[in-house]
Amino acid sequence: MNELPQQLVNGLLLGSMYGLVAIGYTMVYGIVQLINFAHGEIFMIGGFGALTVYLYVLPDGTTMWIALPLMLLGAIIVATTVAVGAERFAYRPLRTAPRLAPLITAIGLSLALQQAVWAWYPEAKQSINFPEIEGGPFKIGDVTIQTGDVFLLVAAPISMAILAFFVMKTRTGRGMQATAQDPDTAKLMGINTDRIIVVAFALGAVFAAVGAVAYGFKYGQVQFRMGFILGLKAFTAAVLGGIGNIYGAMIGGLVLGLAETMATAYIADVPGMEQLGGQSWANVWAFVLLILVLLFRPQGLLGERVADRA
Amino acid sequence: MTALLEVEDLRVAYGKIEAVKGISFTVEAGQIVTLIGTNGAGKTTTLRTLSGLLKPVGGQIKFQGRSLKKIPAHQIVSLGLAHSPEGRHIFPRMTIEDNLRLGAFLRSDKAGIEKDIQRAYDLFPILGERRKQAAGTLSGGEQQMLAMGRALMSQPKLLMLDEPSMGLSPIMMQKIMATIAELKSQGTTILLVEQNAQAALSLADHGHVMEVGSVVLSGTGQDLLHDESVRKAYLGED
Repeated sequence: MNELPQQLVNGLLLGSMYGLVAIGYTMVYGIVQLINFAHGEIFMIGGFGALTVYLYVLPDGTTMWIALPLMLLGAIIVATTVAVGAERFAYRPLRTAPRLAPLITAIGLSLALQQAVWAWYPEAKQSINFPEIEGGPFKIGDVTIQTGDVFLLVAAPISMAILAFFVMKTRTGRGMQATAQDPDTAKLMGINTDRIIVVAFALGAVFAAVGAVAYGFKYGQVQFRMGFILGLKAFTAAVLGGIGNIYGAMIGGLVLGLAETMATAYIADVPGMEQLGGQSWANVWAFVLLILVLLFRPQGLLGERVADRA
Repeated sequence: MTALLEVEDLRVAYGKIEAVKGISFTVEAGQIVTLIGTNGAGKTTTLRTLSGLLKPVGGQIKFQGRSLKKIPAHQIVSLGLAHSPEGRHIFPRMTIEDNLRLGAFLRSDKAGIEKDIQRAYDLFPILGERRKQAAGTLSGGEQQMLAMGRALMSQPKLLMLDEPSMGLSPIMMQKIMATIAELKSQGTTILLVEQNAQAALSLADHGHVMEVGSVVLSGTGQDLLHDESVRKAYLGED
């Protein structure tokens, strides 16, 4: 049986999850030139928000059709609250500080959020099982879609479409674009750039929360460290696509997911590389791709060469 | 009658360095007032303070009798003060039309916005021909037209233009200056900052010469244009 279509679908699914999280990195960077290293933890906290709704808010045995939207809502509320709080209390006071200050703050915040969940969330010292969606895997031709991936398959394209609509067509979206291109001049147009920055953090958190719920269903569990590697991958996706560009984040995510999946599946077939196949090398291939892009196309796939940006 | 804009003893500093050291001037409705002077005289700093991008350390700014000192930058345009910044600062990755629409960001009267976009295209026909083109691909002069058109989109009571002739060819500069005269004839009040003293003073009702943060000379445009010291210092005459 030809397993290439299956691998392609696996890669695109994984990639769309990276893309969802990458949006938060790229939007915040595009507007305040900050790499928000705590964004992976915003994602993680979204996962715990969804879990909390399921375990502690809904009565036992609630059907998934009712539970899922409420879990998603819980994830979004918790993630957005933490992200907006971080902007208000951790980053905004450092708005005019040298760039290193907010960057280090972001790393510190990332550790603090991880440890807070580890220390205070019940039983979070181990992985916690995420609820499952019932029903068997689906077959489309030769391709099998696991039940846990169905949410991702539906939610990722819808999210991306909503985001593109928001940025292109709404007033706030146009304000965002203007602020990203020239914040002082945006103020002269009457755009409240402080508010735009809050919106960027909040939107990033919303999409990270959708990604976290997808992650929970896909892997069947959440844990306090889940935001670390996934955050790095999503950041890689954002850089790959051209940081600051939201379409770049989506495409970077898909390319990264595909590359990682393909390399994992096929690289062992290359003569002399037999040792390098399998899941344990997946992260290596993802970061090799990042290094290659940074070497040969540092502005990313859709990025523009901008001389005055670091 | 009170002036549209009253600036009194305005002082602005970057850290400990005072860039504007207590200047005063007024702009009456319907006038063109110009601030001229060399680089570093504090002209741009003055405009950026008027539009709220910089906070003054002292003095008063009154627009239609109302103090602007405590009003954040993004609310000042809604009071009727539009600023076309030095270096033009158009939004390079947006189309010309989207740039103009951003100038009307706070307006909600759709029909009026469409009418004013058309007015900007009438004023600068080249912009109308390229309305769907990314603004970053325009020439310097065209970008200047766009910056002015965009500032006009907020229907300002006072239009502040910072160095509209900077870096332009002589022909383009004449075009821009002719447009400023045309805007005045349509009743727009303009505060014009220029290094090109000759051009600015010929248009202006009043002029103020700035040197290292202070106004050293004031008068009508014609007076200054014929002033000995101005001719020596700014018009390149011996």
